[in-house]
Parts: sequence; structure tokens; C-alpha cells
Amino acid sequence: MDLAQAELVEKGGVGARVIRKEDDRFLRGRGEYVGDIKLPAMQELAFVRSPVAHARIRAIIKPEGFEGRVFIAADLAGVKPITAISGLPGFKASSQPILAFEKIRHVGEAVAVCIAATRAEAEDIAALVELDLEELPAISNMLAARAPGSPLVHEAWGDNVFLETRVNQNFEAAAANAAIVIHKHLRTARQCMSPLEGRGVVAVWDRRLDQLLLHTSTQMPHIIRTGIAECLGLPEDSVRISAPDVGGGFGYKGILLPEEVCAGFLARHLGHPVRWIEDRREQLTGNANCREHDYELTAYADHDGTLLALDAQATVDAGAYSLYPFSACLEAAQIASILPGPYRMNGYRCTTWSAATNKPGILPYRGVARAGVCYAMEFLMDAIAAATGIRPEEVRRKNLVPPEAMPFDNITAKHFDSGDYPEALRRAVAAIDLPAVRARQATATGAVKIGVGLAIFCEQGAHGTSVYAGWGIPMVPGFEQATVRLTPDGGLEVRVGIQSHGQGLETTLAQVANEILGIPIARIKIVHGDTAITPYSTGTWGSRCMVMAGGAVATACRELSRRIAPIGAHLMQVPVAEVIVADGFVTAGPRRVAIAEVARTWFRRPQDLPEGSSGGGLEITAGYKPVRDSGTFSYAAHAVVVSVDTEMGEVKILDYAICEDGGTLVNPMIVEGQLIGGVAQGIGTALYEAMAFDENAQPLASTLADYTLPGATEVPVLRIEHMETPSPYSFFGQKGIGEGGAIGPPAAIANAVNDALRPLGVEISELPITPRVILEALLRQK
Amino acid sequence: MKAAVFTWEATESLQAASRAARQGSRLIAGGQSLGPMLNLRIAQPESVVSITQIADMRGASETASHVILGACITHSQIEDGLVPDIGSKSLPRIAANIAYRAVRNRGTIGGSLCHADPAADWVTTLLALNAEALTSSRAIALQEFFTGAFRTCLAPGEILTAIRIPKLGGDKKFGYYKACRKPGEFAHAMAAILQTGAKNRIVIGAMGGIPLVFEGIEAEPATIATALATRAPALDAVTRHMQLIAVKRAFENLAA
Repeated sequence: MDLAQAELVEKGGVGARVIRKEDDRFLRGRGEYVGDIKLPAMQELAFVRSPVAHARIRAIIKPEGFEGRVFIAADLAGVKPITAISGLPGFKASSQPILAFEKIRHVGEAVAVCIAATRAEAEDIAALVELDLEELPAISNMLAARAPGSPLVHEAWGDNVFLETRVNQNFEAAAANAAIVIHKHLRTARQCMSPLEGRGVVAVWDRRLDQLLLHTSTQMPHIIRTGIAECLGLPEDSVRISAPDVGGGFGYKGILLPEEVCAGFLARHLGHPVRWIEDRREQLTGNANCREHDYELTAYADHDGTLLALDAQATVDAGAYSLYPFSACLEAAQIASILPGPYRMNGYRCTTWSAATNKPGILPYRGVARAGVCYAMEFLMDAIAAATGIRPEEVRRKNLVPPEAMPFDNITAKHFDSGDYPEALRRAVAAIDLPAVRARQATATGAVKIGVGLAIFCEQGAHGTSVYAGWGIPMVPGFEQATVRLTPDGGLEVRVGIQSHGQGLETTLAQVANEILGIPIARIKIVHGDTAITPYSTGTWGSRCMVMAGGAVATACRELSRRIAPIGAHLMQVPVAEVIVADGFVTAGPRRVAIAEVARTWFRRPQDLPEGSSGGGLEITAGYKPVRDSGTFSYAAHAVVVSVDTEMGEVKILDYAICEDGGTLVNPMIVEGQLIGGVAQGIGTALYEAMAFDENAQPLASTLADYTLPGATEVPVLRIEHMETPSPYSFFGQKGIGEGGAIGPPAAIANAVNDALRPLGVEISELPITPRVILEALLRQK
Repeated sequence: MKAAVFTWEATESLQAASRAARQGSRLIAGGQSLGPMLNLRIAQPESVVSITQIADMRGASETASHVILGACITHSQIEDGLVPDIGSKSLPRIAANIAYRAVRNRGTIGGSLCHADPAADWVTTLLALNAEALTSSRAIALQEFFTGAFRTCLAPGEILTAIRIPKLGGDKKFGYYKACRKPGEFAHAMAAILQTGAKNRIVIGAMGGIPLVFEGIEAEPATIATALATRAPALDAVTRHMQLIAVKRAFENLAA
């Protein structure tokens, strides 16, 4: 750490590599998760889940003697199903039952819930519940689901398409005279998001407040409150959602769960607390999936490598239900709007389908559609390079939006706020010393081949009202709010409605407050994740917190400083116009008074203040929106070197370099942590993770022995370089950067593997790239 | 999921353990396979008896020609060289690549053999090494010990107490190779070879059934492909290819 950074850390503001405040409890194993909450008289829930993917329910028979401990749909009086409707024209709504009745639409769907003193006893009862099911033909393939004559997931629809979208920007004209036309069919696997902590909920009915309290592992407490209130028919003031420490989310906890609704109903109905803790089997086989895309792509290019036009047909397997609040269509809608990536083109046509199948619904996983979209677009860039004989980095450079064009409105009207994309690519390529790798590649002999892969992408983060209003889903972010309040001893309490579940927001938001007020980081407490004590927020998703909550905290602190100033001025007996509030003090020329003294005066010695002054107090709630709400666009270039063992099909990552630009970095160390974690997940998408289903839509993995996640041995030491081009629209110039790490690796690694295999005449066009996939391709070639 | 209800007791007596097993108790050593099976309710015994406190099952000894390892010796004891080896650090090397250290700290060599998972390291390697399973009443060649995937010839109440493994040296060499998706995962291809002079004994594991043993004319680099195709005709092309590469690499790893 250099001297300037050391001083910055000492001071603590924006840009400092401050050690994470929350790590003191996490690293000592003292986090408090839902599973740590123990309440008197609490009982455990176990769900009876469907063993088949598609069936009509004839009867659910409760075991004799346990009738009072088993609840089915008919027992949930007044409870409404979950509906997540998109306002996009043509959207077909699904109704997700809290407990299935009449029909079952995927394996693992809950059909009954059992209650007992322990989870094991609840499972004993669950094992005795009999399901009388009339099995129906199931549909597990999204392309087959779209075809006429397929079994129907929702009969009333007449087909299996939640939504079809079409965009066409000048496609025919731009593609007409292309010298090079390249077609590719690409597929990405269905994945199971796998935070260390699964979901869980403890539900308590508070008789005094006439209020349901749900301790739940969520990314969005306020959104869950709305959803729970709607499903249970309660006014929102009768629902309190409190998220304790949350052990990872990544999108998996951005959902209203039927289990949460069930637990809430039972706590009220039974009058004692109940708890459900998701286990790994439920996570893998019963609950929401992500990421399964199918692309038919045609690129139209010139001999000089210029991309002229792009034509795409994309299908997303959205599963059986539209999940709350993101809906079944966010993923496909995002594909249509961001497939062009960081590139310029004159023509673009894209049709998307969100297909319904007999699988669990989908949620937006870290990066949402971008991991797939970046894979698709970067695959095409390498294909253009191969077709033209121009180097891959040169083809990209030719097509990237240049810095002089910023801010830039791209072909799908995305507004790129700032940046130098070609420079990020140049730095990433330089970091892996491409000429040296090419030389090694040329001289490599034997079964192990070397390959180089590149990926560059931009990531819209913190997009607000104007973007989400267009999608018309149940949740549209508006102003982000923060409450800041001085304590009588001069500390600062910051209350935010977002939820920190690994992002280090207890540190970075304290850095923001420290930047404005100068109160020491150690005396700033971030309170989050509880609807009872925090202002409304749509929560933590979409790389939005540092921009939105960061901006809100800064705005609230600035307003608080306007309340502090006159008190400080009075204590110094100077005109308020002459004071500034910064670095923990109110200062007027050579004189100063500590903010702590201002707090002590207002709270404990009001007699020292003039009668009738400062009635507003030292507690502020402020709302914030960026100058423009079309989002910040962070970006990154990933460059990776791999070896491919062509005998065993194994891929090893030899080198991995990233150059990223997150605008003004509030805490570069935390950004690096985000990148490392994201890349680990991206490596999972690229090489390991697949939740396969058989033709009866049975999931083929039910433990982590069958569902392969990357671990410490699969994640290389990353070399990370930062650029810092401020966003013109956010408070400090900061950009959302939380998802980028997961976006680049599938594209970069797949390109590297194909680079290694190209001399053998083999191209892999699916994810994950497992040894079997590689060997199948190589053996086919032989 | 949580295990179905069962009673649990630990015993220091082999006779008591044997009696319990005859009456239907499930014996548990390190529990690294049985534990997950209990949790997933794949196994639902009424009673589980722990045998790791039986002193007779925790000893290790060697003779001029053999190493004898108690059934409750853990993988990590072998990995760390705390018990005799057959030569060339062969046993420590096998042990060091079983699952993860946390599993190796509890998992036992005897437990692994009794569980008889076709993808387990000891099942394939000890078959190649011509090891014998010892019980209180008999010595059983491993080839007879395994009767199928997850099946052994142990009679009700009969307990595997130790494993006797011939030493390497002289004209005997051993080679092993396995392919896993990542370190610690179960292998998807696995081959072990014992070479005695010009004769090979090749074992291919990590398949549906018990590992296949090839000897004599079948067990040559030039003939093993045909032999595998004959013995396992249903094997898909990719798996067959991987297994043959594993055999090739096991040959490359041969050491005395």
C-alpha cells in the first residue's frame, strides 16, 4: 500500500481500502443467520414435495393421527397465489400456488407442509403423506415446449410461451451487402444458484403489534413485505420483514417464496413461531434455477472485420411459474436489449421467447442474462476473426464504441455513460503478454494444447424508474432513501432499506458517510435489512447499492450537515454562512467545534441553544436518484490462457487477467473481492455447473456430489487492473460493479478452449465445457 | 434432510459389534459415506454401532512381504505416513488424493472397502495390488470380497478387521491414475496397474459395476482396448476413451 492509500485508509473516505467492518463477526464465526434464531415454542416445517414433474392431483391423504400437523392448500384459508405479471404486451400470467392444488407443474413443488418439534420429526410425518397423482406427459426441453402439440404447462394459454418479443432496428438494410455471414447455434446450461446459506424463514405472530414478523434470508425485505401482505391479505403495517445476516444471495434470494407465505400463515394460525430452513436437496431439486439460454445467431460482417448487423433468435427456459418480483420475462427481455454488448452496429434484429416448461421457475443470477449474452457476442467476435483472418483483439477494437463517442446511445437505446472500452481491452491483452502466449501455443506439442480467450462487456447497473417501468413488473425502483441520525455522543447511525449479504455495504456506506461528514468509520453504524427500522427500498440487486444507497446516504449526510452547521455556528458565535462541515468538525476559519459537541448540545444541553432554533433535529431521511436513471455502465475486459488436455478433455486455467472500470471506486479492495467471487461463479458457468433434467423433467442432480461447483482449487489467482472513469450521473462518479466478475468468464474461457481446439477442427458451442463435451466433439471429428 | 430416528452406541468389543451387526445394526467407522446416506434417508437402520474404538481394528504392522492395516486406519494416517507403506509412497499417494482432508481425517480404509463404491480409490487400487480382506475367521481375496457395486461377501455379523497388502519391490511396480472433475470429487475414470516382471494386472474402476480386473494377454497396452470393449460392451465411446487414457497414464506412472 502506498503512502497516499495509507493516509486514505486512516481517513476512511471514498477510495480507501478500508478493512470490512462486518468481517470481524463473519471471520470469527459470529454471524447471526436465520438458522441461528431460536425462539421459545418454535416448531419446524418440512414440505412434502412432488416427486413428478407434471400431474393432476387426485388426492392428498394426511396420515392418520397427524391430521393436525399436516396442511394442504385447502387448509390455507384466504391465502392467495403468487402472481408476477409483466406489463409487456402479450405476456401470459401464471398463478403460482402456495401449496399445489389441482395440478403439479414441476418436481419439488410443495404440495403439503408438516409441522413438528424438530425437522427430523416433521420429515417423518412428511414421509407418511400419500399423494394420489395422475401423471401427465412432462415437457423439459424449451425448444420442444415451443413446438405445437407439446404438453401444456398452463392449459389455458394454448401454448408454452410466457412472452415473445421482437425488435428490429434497420436490420435488413444493414445486413444486405455483408461480405461475410456467420451462423452459430449456442446453448448455456440451466444452473442452480448456490449461496453458502440456503433460504430460510422464521415466522412469528406478534400479538401486541398485531403484526407478522418474518425473519427471512432475503435480498429485498421491503419487496417481500408487499408480497407477503398481498398473499396473506394483511395490510402492510401488519407485516414486518427482518433479514438477519444473509450468507450470499446472487439473485437466489430476490424472490417471494411460497415457503415464506406458508410460514407466515402458520405462525398466525397456530399462534407460535415456525421455522423452515432450506436444505441443499431442496435448493437443487425444488427451487428456482437460472441461466438456460438457446441462441440462433447470424452475424453480418465486412472483410475488414466490421460488424454490420446481427440477427438473433433467443429462447430462455423460464420454467413453470413467473416468479415474484422479477417475472418470467426479465431474462429474455434483457437478452433482446443487451445482446449487442459494447459494440457498434448498424442493424439489429432479435426475437426472444420465454418458454414455460415443467421445471422450477427462473431467477436473475448475478449478471442476469449478461453471462449468456456476453458468451454469445464474444463467440461471434472470434468467429469474425477466424473468418477474416484478423486477430480477435483487433476485430473487437474495430467494433467497440470508442471513447470519443461517449456518452453513447447504442442500437437498443442503451445509454453508455462513460469509459474507454478499447483501452480496457488493450490492458487486459497486455497483462497476459499475448505475443509470448502465441509463441508457446505455436511450439506446444503433445496432447495438451494452449488457448487464449478474450471477452469484453459493459454492465448496466443501478438502472431506475425509466428502465423498469417499461418492463412493468411488480417492482419499479424510484427514489432510493437513507436515514442518517446523529447519536447524543456524536456517532452516526445510517439506516438503509437495501440489504447487505456479502457486498461489504456496512463498510462502503460508512465510507460514504465518512466522506461527507468525516465522522470516524468506527463510529458509523449501518442498519439494514429490516422494514421496521429502515426506509423503503426495492433492495439489493442489479448492482445498484453503491450508486443508489451510496447516493442516498451521501445526500442525507449532506442535508444533515445543513442541520449541524447552524448549531456549530452558534457554539462558535459566528454567522452560519461562514462555517463548513467536514472532517468531523464545524469549522470557521481557525476555529472549529466537533460534530460530537454539536450532537451533545442538541440532545443533552438544549438550554445552550437559542429558543426556537434547530427544531428539525439531527435525524434526516433523504431520497436520491442519479442525474439520469438509465444506469451506470461499468465495463471490463477479461483475458484468459487455458490448457486443454485433448486426451482427457480437461481444461486448466493458466492465467487470468481483468481490466475493469467501475468509475470512482469507493473501496477498491471490496471491488476486487466482488470480482474474485464473481469470476469463481463465472468459472462454474463455463466449466462445471449444469442442472440437467431427463425427458420426464426429473432433475438429475440432488446433492453437491452430482452438481459440480467450482471450489478453491478451480479458481486461479486473478490479476486485476482498475481504470476509474467516473460516471457523469452518480454522486461520486461511482458505477455498479457487483455482477461483472460473473459475466466475463464463460465467454473468455469458451473462446480460449476453442482457440486451443481450432487447429483440430473442433468448436464447442455449449456451456459448461466439461471433459465429456470436449471429448465427444473430438471423437466425432476423428 | 435429517436422518430418520436410530439408536447409536460405541463399542470397544469386536464380539459386541459382531453381535449387533447380526441383529441388524449398521456398523459405522468414519461415517463419510454412511453419514450422508443416513441424512438423505437412503439408509434407515434402527441402530448404528460405532467401531472405531475397537483397538484391534486400529493397529498397523508389516512383515517382509506384507503390510497389514487395521480396518479403522484413516486415510489421513496413511497419507501422513503414520503407518507402514508397501513402497514408493504408493499408499500415501493414493490416500492423499481421496476426497478432501476433512473426509480423510475421519474416513477409514476398511469403511471404504465395505461401502464398496466402484469409484472409491481403495476399491480399485487394492484390487490391483492383490490385497486381502481379513475378518476374525478368514482371509478373502478382494476379487471375491466385492460381489457387486456397493456389495461385499461379508456374512451377517462378519466384520472386516484388517487389510493385508503385498509389498512392492523386486520386479513389482505399481501405477495409478484417476480423472476427476476437480480435486476431491469422485473419479469418472480410474485405472490401477500392478506390474510383476512382464505381467500386468490392470484394474479399471469408476464404472457402474465393480471394477474390472484384466490379467494375462488382456492386460497389455496393445490389447486392453479390445479387452475393455469385450468385457464392457455397453460402455459409451467417451467413457471407454477416458478409461483407456487412464490406463495409459497409469502405465506411465509405474513405480517400484
